[in-house]
Amino acid sequence: MSAEVTDRLVGLVAALRAHGVRVGTGETVDAAEAAAALGFADRGLLREGLAATLLHSAGQRRVFDTVFDLYFPHGVGAPQDEAGDRDDLRDRLAAALAADDEALLARLAIEAVDGLGGYGSSPGSDGWSSHQTLERLRPQTLLARVRDDVRARGGASGFADRLLEDEIRRRIEAFRALVAREARRRVAERRGRDEIARRAVAPTADRVDFLYAGKDRLAELRRTVQPLARRLATRMAARRRRAARGTIDLRRTLRGSLSTGGVPIRPVLRRRRPVRPELVLLCDVSGSVSGFSDFTMLLVQALHDQFSKVRVFAFVNRIDEVTRLLEHGAADPGGLGARIRAEAAVTGHHGSSDYGMALGEFAERHGAAVGPRTTVFVLGDARTNMSDPNLPAVREIAERARRLHWLNPEPRSLWGTGDSAAPEYAGLVPMHECRNARQLAELTGRLLPV
Amino acid sequence: MFTSVDDVSARLARSGYLASPAVATTVFLADRLGKPLLVEGPAGVGKTELAKAVAEVARARLVRLQCYEGVDESRALYEWNHAKQLLRISAARDETWDETRTDIFSEEFLLPRPLLTAIRGDEPTVLLIDETDKADVEVEGLLLEVLSDFQITVPELGTVTAARRPFVVLTSNASRELSEALRRRCLFLHIGFPEEELERRIVRLKVPGIGAALAESVVRVVGALRAMDLRKAPSVAETIDWARTLLALGADALDEDVVRETLGVILKHQDDILKAGAKLDLDAG
Repeated sequence: MSAEVTDRLVGLVAALRAHGVRVGTGETVDAAEAAAALGFADRGLLREGLAATLLHSAGQRRVFDTVFDLYFPHGVGAPQDEAGDRDDLRDRLAAALAADDEALLARLAIEAVDGLGGYGSSPGSDGWSSHQTLERLRPQTLLARVRDDVRARGGASGFADRLLEDEIRRRIEAFRALVAREARRRVAERRGRDEIARRAVAPTADRVDFLYAGKDRLAELRRTVQPLARRLATRMAARRRRAARGTIDLRRTLRGSLSTGGVPIRPVLRRRRPVRPELVLLCDVSGSVSGFSDFTMLLVQALHDQFSKVRVFAFVNRIDEVTRLLEHGAADPGGLGARIRAEAAVTGHHGSSDYGMALGEFAERHGAAVGPRTTVFVLGDARTNMSDPNLPAVREIAERARRLHWLNPEPRSLWGTGDSAAPEYAGLVPMHECRNARQLAELTGRLLPV
Repeated sequence: MFTSVDDVSARLARSGYLASPAVATTVFLADRLGKPLLVEGPAGVGKTELAKAVAEVARARLVRLQCYEGVDESRALYEWNHAKQLLRISAARDETWDETRTDIFSEEFLLPRPLLTAIRGDEPTVLLIDETDKADVEVEGLLLEVLSDFQITVPELGTVTAARRPFVVLTSNASRELSEALRRRCLFLHIGFPEEELERRIVRLKVPGIGAALAESVVRVVGALRAMDLRKAPSVAETIDWARTLLALGADALDEDVVRETLGVILKHQDDILKAGAKLDLDAG
């Protein structure tokens, strides 16, 4: 294998590691063997081969694909053909979308970035932008045209016709991804692969920051809820099994030892009454942190058979119980946040969050929900819009509960900046930074009561 | 076993398994690098079928270990045939104890279970370890020795090393996280839902007699359902079931009534059915 290819492979592995994919040296050697066995003629095969040897789970695939495109690009430099103008491109794109011709779409993406995506002229400040390309090309506005085109050709009739619009939308989405890939490749060519691989690769779903996750990433995050919940459930069950073995019951051991002349031959273990813990969640559902609380609520909901009782309260500046909205089967993850805001009284006179008011109202009206067996989780960024943080209310809830943990989706470095009351609360109750699904899984695994 | 990736796809296709490029590549590499293949993916996309198909095209014996909670060493590796050992002891009254003792722990009294069977054979073998995620964590430890060195240690007999490495396929629905150590020993393959084109070909292959137009509509509707974020997205097995059902009902095209009445074949939860019905405008008709 040539030194050039080895370098690329090692660079690819380094980039994967930088994004949290654990790849050992053994796997890298396997990957090299795979590359040698497959050859470089077919890029698709090479991609699958490297993925099979380097990856260990499906969640890592997205990162891999982006990095692979950078290190083993589908071409170099600008396309051979002279790019047509915008209208010409749109016409050809519409035709390609109607025909669902993937190879042609890929070529058009290359042309589009070349023709429409370049900006700047001085070296150092110029580059290629997928955003600009898509802004100029506006593929989404082709929907009606493509639809009519397909219908006119009789490509869709009868029942399947009603699926057509969604299908075209998915094709357009795929095209947008192709444009983004091509722009990344062109930029990487100019600025160096390693830097782009570090900066421009979307993280795996479990490392996406809750606060900055876009709509599509949130949907992907929600899909990680089920496997995550299952994993946590197995872990909790195992922990419970271990804890149930219990300690030595001295009284009964001594009583038993009477028959052996006071020698405690058979130790008797204290039998533990299996008590399932109760859980109360207090979730900030204001716009800024809704992605985080949605996700956490779903996770806890999926875990609900591990607890005897889970109650979920949502608040912005007023607090209301939303447990019934989360009932199994009824939970439509997409519209959850919207339904909570529509059906529960979570806002008062204004729409911004007020922790002091909400927590005070909880202590006053729903205080009975918290008892000595209850673990309370507060989910939110503790940004209380300059109003009184109401520390006594938190102290009161924490005292009634068996435990209280605060999960904060903001990076620790931002706590206390601006209107954040995080340090005040953190002085009273344990507060944990919880920015992505990985951290959340780790925290819930550790903090959830047995 | 295989000469190229194309060879893999072509031969698998002949045995009735249409492989995506990813599947064919990984099977080729697993054979070439001599590594076990860990296949993950939702139920019903053909993980187990893949192992069977590989066994068929390689004219290999298929040895299957079905994992479940509580599967243990004696189910996976080997057991001693106690009854036979007892018989042997009682039959040999005038032997010395030493003679008997060395005798009853010999090959004759060993009952090989799937893993040992696969390792010991000298004919080509495909070892399928099905639903690995259902087994307890301890079993994974046991698999490690088998999968990395292709050998098994029987304390009384010594180490049995494979004369001929079996082609190993492990499947998992990811209901439990497999250990990092196990994953490291395997090539990883995720089989997801197939591309539309491939699924059409699968339907037409598995449901002979279905028209091209109906097959296409079926695949398109299933594709739309998968995009809907349901509790249980329909997989290939369900697509095929649905196509068979439609064929049996004598439908030659999809319409609202047919879809509404047969939605239960592809969707397994009532709320999914309601949701899909609403999205597909089935209530209007």
